Amino acid sequence: MKRSIAVFIVLLGFPLAMSAIDNLFYVSFASRVIIYAIAATSLNLVLGYGGMISFGHAAFVGAGAYAASICIAEGVASAWLGWPAAIAASALAAWLIGAVSLRTRGVYFIMITLAFAQMAFYLVNSMKAYGGDEGLPLPQRAELGLGLDLGNEVVFYYVVLFFLALSLYGLHRVMQSRFGRVVIAIRENEARAEAIGLPVYRYQLACFVIAGAVAGLAGALLASHGKYVNPNVLHWVQSGTLMIMVILGGVGQLWGGAIGAFVLLGLEHVISDYPLPWLAAVAPNYPQHANLGVGLVMLAVVLFAPHGIAGLLSRRRGA
Amino acid sequence: MLELRRVSKRFVGVVATDDVSLEVRSGEVHALIGPNGAGKTTLISQISGSLPSDRGEIRFDGHDITRARPYERVKLGLARSYQVTSIFKRFTVLDNLALAVQARSGSSFSFWRPVAAEGSLFDEARSVAGEIGLSQKLSSIAATLAHGEQRALEVGLALATRPKLVLLDEPLAGMGPEEAQRMIALIDRVRSRVTVLLVEHDMDAVFRLANRISVLVNGRVIASGAPEAIKADEQVRKAYLGDEVAA
Repeated sequence: MKRSIAVFIVLLGFPLAMSAIDNLFYVSFASRVIIYAIAATSLNLVLGYGGMISFGHAAFVGAGAYAASICIAEGVASAWLGWPAAIAASALAAWLIGAVSLRTRGVYFIMITLAFAQMAFYLVNSMKAYGGDEGLPLPQRAELGLGLDLGNEVVFYYVVLFFLALSLYGLHRVMQSRFGRVVIAIRENEARAEAIGLPVYRYQLACFVIAGAVAGLAGALLASHGKYVNPNVLHWVQSGTLMIMVILGGVGQLWGGAIGAFVLLGLEHVISDYPLPWLAAVAPNYPQHANLGVGLVMLAVVLFAPHGIAGLLSRRRGA
Repeated sequence: MLELRRVSKRFVGVVATDDVSLEVRSGEVHALIGPNGAGKTTLISQISGSLPSDRGEIRFDGHDITRARPYERVKLGLARSYQVTSIFKRFTVLDNLALAVQARSGSSFSFWRPVAAEGSLFDEARSVAGEIGLSQKLSSIAATLAHGEQRALEVGLALATRPKLVLLDEPLAGMGPEEAQRMIALIDRVRSRVTVLLVEHDMDAVFRLANRISVLVNGRVIASGAPEAIKADEQVRKAYLGDEVAA
């Protein structure tokens, strides 16, 4: 808890430091990382705590992103309408997809969630009214009112940081609750959970819908951040990226999704924007193959740190 | 209390249970015995609901539960333990039992209030732990318990749901003589408030505990009655008991 607060104090100070050196690019980049941290945290609820290997989480990010974008495109710019709409759309999508998918197990569950997400991907591709495969540029970010201009990078950063804090605190609370205990118990021993009287399917579906709703909020923030949304936000590669974040950061660890998002996006950025001269001399195009570096880090984590980077950190400090 | 009418289960090419009719009366310890592969565990799974029956009817406490989901049967007061230990291995003993108490005591669609604040859950879990002899092990991770202790927890999880009838699938499996005596004593203590359907190979335990015995061979009940009658039954001796009882 102390460490979490310390991390948030650093994150609170970050835009001030960047403003001081007049580098707003990194404030905007950090906002993107934080939005992915929220999305990955929501996936961690399903995948890490719930033990449901969902390979279609991008569908819920996408549902939220498109719902919020369509609101803005139709002239309803208020975040107070657009963001709840995004959450409702993604929760509904999660309920529909989960209600069918959760009747299957193992590889079938992985495949059916992937299939549903790809269906959603092709669906938005065909929505010609909202840009189809070219995507939908937005005239502006959502409007929050309250004297807060989300067009300002620093304000936007603090808003997304608020939602990350809320997500992490919420995840922490929920996991201590009756519901959280049941979700973990189902992951640990599903048959026994049912045999002591727990309706496994209902709890899993509720968990799936909550995670979908939070992913939808992340989607809405993502669309506002880039003032643009396109079908790639629902592509299966995005689902894979979120999974990699969770696995890197720590499956079933509170900070797992956030750390994974930070490390993965940070690595990508460093590899592509800060080429190493000695490596570039041997392989001039290597930044284009940033995924190779990410893959190697991933391999190391899976082999040597089963609880991800968050697991390594908490073990070292004896927490 | 529990009544099976012509219940059957067929797997591809194998008839596991065949036209089984069986009655367990309120308050009794009813033993189900039979050779390996007779279909005892299949029958337990059909009664608990983890395996759907192909044919027949199962009634429990006035309800037709033939097609009820396993958790619905638990809610009606029908719990089971497993032959192969199935506990929450990474939970502590106390958390294992508290979870079972929680499952019984109302909905778990409570997302915000910490479980730790619900003292009554843990009080009741402690009392079950006392009953199964694990009071000294409350904060041990279940996976680290000795085999006999894990078996006790296995039965404890079923008891913590406060069943009217408990299905015990070979509770003595793999136990040493001393642990076995403790388990027999436990079943003997709870029988005054819980009806028991006991699957067991240990004939000593069966004849000490059972009010009535049913014998399952090749998926069929070949005899059902008082222990003395079963002991004397020619067919049962030939099919199963053999020299074990004669000796």
